[in-house]
Amino acid sequence: MTVLVEIRGVTKVYQRGRERIEVLHGIDLDIPSGDFVALMGPSGSGKTTLLNLIGGLDTPTGGSIVVQGRRIDRLSGGELAAWRAAHVGFVFQFYNLLPALSAQRNVELPLLLTDLSAAERRRRARIALTLVGLEDRARHRPRELSGGQEQRVAIARAIVSDPTLLVCDEPTGDLDRATADEVLRLVQMLNREHGKTVVMVTHDPKAAEYARRRIHLDKGVMTGEPVSS
Amino acid sequence: MRYLPLLWAGLFRKKTRTILTLLSIVVAFALFGLLQAVQAAFESGADAADAKRLLTTARYSIIEPLPMAYQRRIEQVPGVVGVAYADWFGAKYQNESNAFPVFAVDPARYLDMYPEFTIARAQREAFVKTRTGAVAGKRLADRFGWRVGQKLPISSEIHPKTDGSMNWEFDLVGIIDADDPAVRGNTDMVLINVAYFDEARQVGKGKTGWYIVRIADSTQARGISASIDTLFMNSPDETKTQPEKEFAIGFAKQIGDIGALVTRILVAVFFTILILTGNTMAQSIRERIPELAILKTLGFSDGKVTALVLAEAVLLLILGGAIGMGAAVAAMPALNGSTGGRFPPLFVGPETWLLAAVVAAVVALVIGLPPALRANRLKIVDALSGH
Repeated sequence: MTVLVEIRGVTKVYQRGRERIEVLHGIDLDIPSGDFVALMGPSGSGKTTLLNLIGGLDTPTGGSIVVQGRRIDRLSGGELAAWRAAHVGFVFQFYNLLPALSAQRNVELPLLLTDLSAAERRRRARIALTLVGLEDRARHRPRELSGGQEQRVAIARAIVSDPTLLVCDEPTGDLDRATADEVLRLVQMLNREHGKTVVMVTHDPKAAEYARRRIHLDKGVMTGEPVSS
Repeated sequence: MRYLPLLWAGLFRKKTRTILTLLSIVVAFALFGLLQAVQAAFESGADAADAKRLLTTARYSIIEPLPMAYQRRIEQVPGVVGVAYADWFGAKYQNESNAFPVFAVDPARYLDMYPEFTIARAQREAFVKTRTGAVAGKRLADRFGWRVGQKLPISSEIHPKTDGSMNWEFDLVGIIDADDPAVRGNTDMVLINVAYFDEARQVGKGKTGWYIVRIADSTQARGISASIDTLFMNSPDETKTQPEKEFAIGFAKQIGDIGALVTRILVAVFFTILILTGNTMAQSIRERIPELAILKTLGFSDGKVTALVLAEAVLLLILGGAIGMGAAVAAMPALNGSTGGRFPPLFVGPETWLLAAVVAAVVALVIGLPPALRANRLKIVDALSGH
């Protein structure tokens, strides 16, 4: 299996006023293509920071991150934005849908950055909504949907531009158990049937069971070897 | 166009707030359109002025008459290609409040001098041939319900007839108008044939009020003006000659500096709008920081997010500006009707639309730039974590 994400000696330091906070200390990690990795650890362990670096939302202070053969830690802000648009889908704990847009329009958002026609954008958004089982909710605004439905719309938005990598930050943190399982099954299906590489941050051991591998972080370092499910 | 639904949704995310903001912009631009129309109406005399026309009046007061004999002498000044004259009649019609300008003119010379006035060929010929003839501006004729062919009884406050009566009667033989709305205000008058007027008046025979001089080259206006005035220097009737536009501006300023007044009011209005709308825009963007961060997460570049925020301000101003200016235009017929023709015609010209577009663009830029720059500097990780 080819390595999709190659992380070497990654460090991350935040400067908060005069305070220097070292969040990650020399992380080395390979994530093969088609993998489903759960990043676990206590609060403040650096798992979300690592996820942000993998997803190109932030840049490391030191070390290198190579995704599909490209060093994303050396990309400019504009290049990184274009790279994210083309290669990464994001799912967050609080869904982060735009409340003024319908589910359909929310899903179409990443496609606005492509050259696709309006009709093609609509068609692809409709397919993504069908894949997450919400084709009948296309016209609904986020406030008219349940939490689980909102998260499924967010997943549809994450996959609509067919990214290689799916980055999920506590995707079930705001959901009840049954709904969380539905969402996790959906993410698992995207990994197994559609070949998406998934990196998911979670506190929840049950959620982590859906992943192929579990990686633990504590105080900015990986603890032990990755555990396979 | 592909971002329009996104812009629209962002703009109307809080409908009540946006509609109230929009209303304030609509009112500001409606006021802008109306006040600009008033200013344009006041300045229409100057705007309609022809650079190749000079006005020659008595040197010390425009109410002092000048000899009609000056006409031939002025015509001989090099660079002069035509001369007409007009005399103030001092008219009232039916009652004191119905006052309007009546000028005693040589019909052919006067109408040739003002080619911007339109009149039917047959009516022009009738005016030239009819010694008691008169032509009236269309708005004035409409206001009083005059019809071509009727007698026009007008009293003069200045000129008694040879029999001592102040009541004159003319034959209305034509209607004058203008295609350009800026010129139309200048047709709110009655022209009478000087041939009859000069013969029938008791005093002031052989005198006229002022001369209108057409020159071949507008760049020679100063020199020709000086030549005309030199011609009559040290005579009992010295002259003052100046370009028509200068004369019109000076005349309008006797009423008041309408331009400065309008500018001050509009500056106050738009300054208020700037603060109100700017505050609303800033608040709206502040509330949507996480949403903007999401757009950046999805791959919208800093520049694109900045442009989206700016475009929202532009869209707000385009909407408010267009509706406001549209309201001003829609109000014009009713306003013009309510003045009963006592005021020059109000209109919103292309220059006013252009100025409105410039004002809208500047306001959009001023209110949109600070939140747009904030959006530009936004760091995704900080915004999503609530910092």
